[in-house]
Amino acid sequence: MADREFGFETRTVHAGSRPEPTTGARATPIYQTTSYVFEDTEAAAAYFNLQEYGNTYSRIMNPSVAAFEERIANLDGGAGAVAFASGLAAQSAVLFTLLRPGDHVVCSSALYGGSVTQFKHVLGKLSVGLEFVDPDDLEAWRGAIGDNTKLLFAETIGNPGGNILDIEAVAQLAHEHGCPLMVDNTFATPYLCRPLEWGADLVVYSATKFLGGHGTSLGGVVVDSGEFNWSNGRFPVVADPSPAYHGLAFHETFGVYGFLTKLRAETLRDLGAALSPFNAFLLAQGVETLPLRMRAHVANAQTVAEFLQSHPMVARVTYPGLPDSRYRSLVEKYLPLGCSAVFCFDLPGGREAGRRFIEALSLFSHLANVGDAKSLVIHPASTTHRQLNDQELTAAGIGSGTIRLSVGIEDAGDLVWDLEQGFSALEAAP
Amino acid sequence: MSDNQWQDPDIIRGALKLSRIAIVGLSSKELRASNFVARYMRYHGYEVVPVNPAEKEILGLPCYPTLADIPGGVEMVDVFRQPKLVPDIAGESLAIGAKCLWLQFGVISEEGANIAAQGGMDVVMDRCLKIEHARYHGRLHWLGLNTGNISARRSKPD
Repeated sequence: MADREFGFETRTVHAGSRPEPTTGARATPIYQTTSYVFEDTEAAAAYFNLQEYGNTYSRIMNPSVAAFEERIANLDGGAGAVAFASGLAAQSAVLFTLLRPGDHVVCSSALYGGSVTQFKHVLGKLSVGLEFVDPDDLEAWRGAIGDNTKLLFAETIGNPGGNILDIEAVAQLAHEHGCPLMVDNTFATPYLCRPLEWGADLVVYSATKFLGGHGTSLGGVVVDSGEFNWSNGRFPVVADPSPAYHGLAFHETFGVYGFLTKLRAETLRDLGAALSPFNAFLLAQGVETLPLRMRAHVANAQTVAEFLQSHPMVARVTYPGLPDSRYRSLVEKYLPLGCSAVFCFDLPGGREAGRRFIEALSLFSHLANVGDAKSLVIHPASTTHRQLNDQELTAAGIGSGTIRLSVGIEDAGDLVWDLEQGFSALEAAP
Repeated sequence: MSDNQWQDPDIIRGALKLSRIAIVGLSSKELRASNFVARYMRYHGYEVVPVNPAEKEILGLPCYPTLADIPGGVEMVDVFRQPKLVPDIAGESLAIGAKCLWLQFGVISEEGANIAAQGGMDVVMDRCLKIEHARYHGRLHWLGLNTGNISARRSKPD
């Protein structure tokens, strides 16, 4: 008889966190330790050889971090997960695990500015080729894939333009070419969308955002479906015996856990961007209320987006949950419970209008983050996407008067009231 | 975890209670998956019996050319061989009275699984014995892997 398939809300609270056997502690303890005492020298050797599962050093593994990793892997339906110090650290780790000089990556142009910068400059330094494509254009994806392409990458909900990725179509295209698709699911979270169920191979999160949910802790995580065939001839870097781990062939030896094991035992070990146990504790605790918060975020975002769309001073609202969104059919397919709570709107009057609007607000916090329980506002062209040139800004859907909101879980009427203060300041301006 | 009839959690948990395990195709090379599994299962108190016609001794244990050569038989047969060899191995497993046929990752043979099951054996296919032990009794959760275990009960200390 199959075990019970527990519901999503049950798993947000329980997955990865069983009572601690020695003390009975119900909350996952914060294992604030760098290292772990070995039973004997034989056990120590078996741990380092990966022959036995045992904690060795917290740069590589830590029980508090593992509880958070398993929780996210479970919610996304993956084989497992590896956590990192930030979302960008998680992305870097995948890039460093998969890529060698001469390889090639195809990437959506509608990404978080930090990701654009990371891919463009880090990959360039490593002599890895990169092509940005319009994520809405399947033929552009197809045309960009070459013989040496090793990865396709996009966001479920583009930051901040609100592009919705046709995950199933892009995943199918990737697999036709023997490549994996990695999706940044930070905005949707596994509550609103689970990309692995649509064929994506890797999911990456900035856990700093909605997963943690309270703006307290940086963190990132990579979830692997375990289903990609790394032994298809295109990935000797994963399939062949590894000189960095005394000749171990990770995919053959660890099967569905091969990529995850390499990501942890080699890349995390060598790059060193480990998640702290305390951050893991806070992030895992945040996930316990993920469904409750996401429902509130989505409801408030809908109210705020509709208010803005009906406002005479607003030229454009990018919330894909609006009825006239060009992504409507993709939203119905991939995001039936809602489109998260981060989007943009355009003010006439460019940069100066944006400045006056933001400075008139008193509930929205002016800062560079999203996915907090508190509502947030920023002017992307001068902050989060500042390193992008004009062409890249246009490709990412950002104009000089574009304002980005991350709608929190406050009273929706209060949020609309606050935005009205911003518009009043524009009307009052000379 | 799975709708696959050869990956039934109850059967897997039952199989892990067996104690004497023949590993068919056990390699003497330290970095092979079969060697990992043998070391691990021994470390956790199982009796491992190597079966490999090319070796006399593996991990300090006497190695037998076939299942039929094992004195006293075994309770489980764990297979690291090509899928096409599984039907014969299933027949040999039945002949020595083994209770469970366990086929490792990628060792997929419906025919072999059916032979064993029709003979009354429990069958697990395309699963790793080491990982399943670690899922239910061990430390898989220390690695951030999705064990699928959801429970508010306190277990015994590891």
